[in-house]
Amino acid sequence: MQLTVWTYEGPPHVGAMRVATGMEGLHYVLHAPQGDTYADLLFTMIERRNQRPPVTYTTFAARDLGKDTAELFKTAARGAYERFKPQAMIVGASCTGTLIQDDPGGLAKALALPVPVVTVDLPAYQRKENWGAAETFYQLVRALAGPKAPPPGSQRPARPAGQRPTCNLLGPTALGFRHRDDVREITSLLNQLGIDVSVTAPMGATPADLARLGDADFNVVMYPEIASQAASWLQRMFHQPFTKVVPIGVSATREFIKEVAALAGVDPEPVLKNSSSRLTWYSHSVDSTYLTNKRVFIFGDATHVVAAARIASQEIGFKVVGLGTYSREFGREIREAAKLYDVEPLITDDYLEVEAKVAELHPELVLGTQMERHIAKRLGVPCAVISAPVHVQDFPARYAPQMGFEGANVIFDTWVHPLMMGLEEHLLQMFRDDFEFKDGAAPSHLGHAPVAEVAAPAMAADVAIAEVTTTTVTTETTTTTVVWAADAEKELRKIPFFVRGKARRNTERYASEIGVATITVETLYDAKAHFSR
Amino acid sequence: MTVQLQGCAAPAAQDGAAPVVRHERGQHEVFCGLTGIVWLHRKIQDAFFLVVGSRTCAHLIQSAAGVMIFAEPRFGTAIMEEKDLAGLTDANDELDRIVAQLIARRPDIKLLFLVGSCPSEVIKLDLSRAALRLSKRFMPQVRVLSYTGSGLETTFTQGEDACLASLVPELPASTSTETSLLVVGSLADVVEDQFIRIFDALGIKSVQFLPPRNSTSLPSVGPNTKFLLAQPFLADTARELENRGATRLAAPFPLGVEGTTAWLRAAADAFGVDAALFDKVTQPARSRAERALENFRQDLAGRRIFFFPDSQLEIPLARFLSRELSMQLVEVGTPYLHREHLAEELKLLPAGVAITEGQDVDLQLDRCRAARPDLAVCGLGLANPLEAEGMTTKWAIELVFTPIQGYDQASDLAELFARPLVRRAKLVA
Repeated sequence: MQLTVWTYEGPPHVGAMRVATGMEGLHYVLHAPQGDTYADLLFTMIERRNQRPPVTYTTFAARDLGKDTAELFKTAARGAYERFKPQAMIVGASCTGTLIQDDPGGLAKALALPVPVVTVDLPAYQRKENWGAAETFYQLVRALAGPKAPPPGSQRPARPAGQRPTCNLLGPTALGFRHRDDVREITSLLNQLGIDVSVTAPMGATPADLARLGDADFNVVMYPEIASQAASWLQRMFHQPFTKVVPIGVSATREFIKEVAALAGVDPEPVLKNSSSRLTWYSHSVDSTYLTNKRVFIFGDATHVVAAARIASQEIGFKVVGLGTYSREFGREIREAAKLYDVEPLITDDYLEVEAKVAELHPELVLGTQMERHIAKRLGVPCAVISAPVHVQDFPARYAPQMGFEGANVIFDTWVHPLMMGLEEHLLQMFRDDFEFKDGAAPSHLGHAPVAEVAAPAMAADVAIAEVTTTTVTTETTTTTVVWAADAEKELRKIPFFVRGKARRNTERYASEIGVATITVETLYDAKAHFSR
Repeated sequence: MTVQLQGCAAPAAQDGAAPVVRHERGQHEVFCGLTGIVWLHRKIQDAFFLVVGSRTCAHLIQSAAGVMIFAEPRFGTAIMEEKDLAGLTDANDELDRIVAQLIARRPDIKLLFLVGSCPSEVIKLDLSRAALRLSKRFMPQVRVLSYTGSGLETTFTQGEDACLASLVPELPASTSTETSLLVVGSLADVVEDQFIRIFDALGIKSVQFLPPRNSTSLPSVGPNTKFLLAQPFLADTARELENRGATRLAAPFPLGVEGTTAWLRAAADAFGVDAALFDKVTQPARSRAERALENFRQDLAGRRIFFFPDSQLEIPLARFLSRELSMQLVEVGTPYLHREHLAEELKLLPAGVAITEGQDVDLQLDRCRAARPDLAVCGLGLANPLEAEGMTTKWAIELVFTPIQGYDQASDLAELFARPLVRRAKLVA
């Protein structure tokens, strides 16, 4: 058992729902108890979908367990087919459904429905949402495209002369972080290169579309978490190469352009020459100087974290002080990225562990999920959301991709907006006793209330934070008992609140290293000189 | 379009006769009882709710709460993994380990509920035994109780019923010979305070509430306890209280002016409060509430309303809307109908009203589309799809999370139904 307060990912059948709901003409029959229907609201409320997800739940109850739940499943599956007339169906069970071992796949087969029925077996007690989405997509692709696979050993026929190259976009689903806008951005980028998108899947695709995936020249893997497995299979069966670069950020987008141009046999130069992102110039403009080496902590799904770290470090000039992911399946990618920035990777789905890490690192900006947004809010650190899990705010009314050049523009704005602007930061430091411009003031362009001091217990009940504070104290007392002289403590208050915690810790560390028992104003400035970057 | 409507023949109107209730079986689009934790953990301020379940359970509560707002909420999930399913001994050991970890982490917790889920029920993990075992280990610091919030057994608000029912055997025995009043069912603190003032003015001095705001102030119960249900979904809790010798006072529920008056009157009658005093105490609040309701009559009178089953509050709400605001009831769905507890309500419903117990959501949607009501009260999964079809909807869950009981909330309750209609009328684009 694992004690969990908040979860980053839902169960795997929610991943299957993301695939089914993204598609058209597909219906999912899920053997699940009453209550599991809550998942509908993820789509209708968070994503504001105007239709119910195409899912029929058997909603068995205690009284059914003694009777015939298998019959209930068959009735539901038959009824769903007759009512919704889908081109294909997927069947499976939720966590409770798997325990009663009714074999939805076998039962559905026995119904002999006149459409393809794909069984998705998702190990609910081992796996999670993204894995479930990837597995469902893969099973669908196998089942629907498989019959058209060329015989083993055959060569892919050359594209007829004069025909534009084509590709599929793989990975976008319902409830994805900006998938809707990424698809539009990448489709337009590919069109500029002279490449047509044959099928986008799962989002917007019908089962019939999946059946013709093999027609395209290559595949674009937009979200490896969801599409890698399907893309690998398509490569094996149809000899379709797939892209490795995820075009998030300016450099990655330029690499992506070269990669797809090579796969399609077109010239990338005209597009590379004619397109640019404002991110590049804005980062170079002098007003961005204050962004230099701002300490950022990055957490989310692996794809977005790896991309964000690269942008943060190389394209905006921040300093990555920590990064991590909740998707253990992509631990390798995160460990490799962590090496680039010389930080410890944090691979965990324990929200409290992430919170402790943020409190410990005192970053000046958190790039995370909706969960980190709450952590950051509590710790008084600015935050921008870069990855699922999503919230209603992550479905903006405007066009706001993460991918491509426009995505880079969106990212620059989104990340810089929560920060205090350069001159304001200086003024705050110079005139800290100004009655309006006082300690703990929020950036003046943001209307919200002043934030609590970093690492201060925000609420009495907030044990997570209280523990962190206690740990710090314990570490101090076990090394050397360091006390602060009153004037030094007062001087410390003059340091802006968002770096004060760091200054305190550095000074204490310095004092205990050099064996000073009482921290004076001089010790404070000695430490400042010692640690100055 | 040809739509075959099943089960839509309205039961025949029979004046004075009990309404005919149609039963429906099929896909239930409702929450399970775990959802009650969302408000129960705020209500009982030193209690922790540990769901013993799957990732789905954790995800459900998180999603039903809608937001992740609490620093570290007083609920969590012990997520079962593959190895927990293999052997129950191991699952019990694991549970003990998790509980110890939790109690070490949250020394402020005085009451721990182990909450059963669908998977824990199916593998027959006996949480009542686990609670006994753990209680022995952690008393007096922490009392450990258990109940089930599983969707196999409970629908949405029935989770609160199961929780409160598990508390009843823990209540201290009443030693007083004086009759005392117990109000049962979660109410907003502000509503409780209003009722306390009214009971006080009526001369009913000994009034207690279940659930209490704090586990150290459990109400006492005994043969001298008379209890009023403040919520219509408390079948098991009422039975447990009756087992302790307490007597239920039959009444409608305190929604709207009429419901609140009848509910208070049931207590007043049982405590021998003089009719003149009752009128003197309640009349100012009644008049004030009636004046406030007047503001919404124009928006709501004559409008046709359709209830999808959700919280079991549907029947009292329908009674309020039809009698005090002249709304027309197209269909009143309820997940479960407790005939005895709802008897006073059913008497007040208009003859021939179509009540549906249970659900087949697809058939019900067909009926709703065919009826084109002015307002559909439904769960979060259905609301936006119905809005997109041009229907006006009210989220049912808001009726559970908002203070709606009592005189001074009657107009707030009316406003909840008026707002979607007002809003639709305002929007021109």
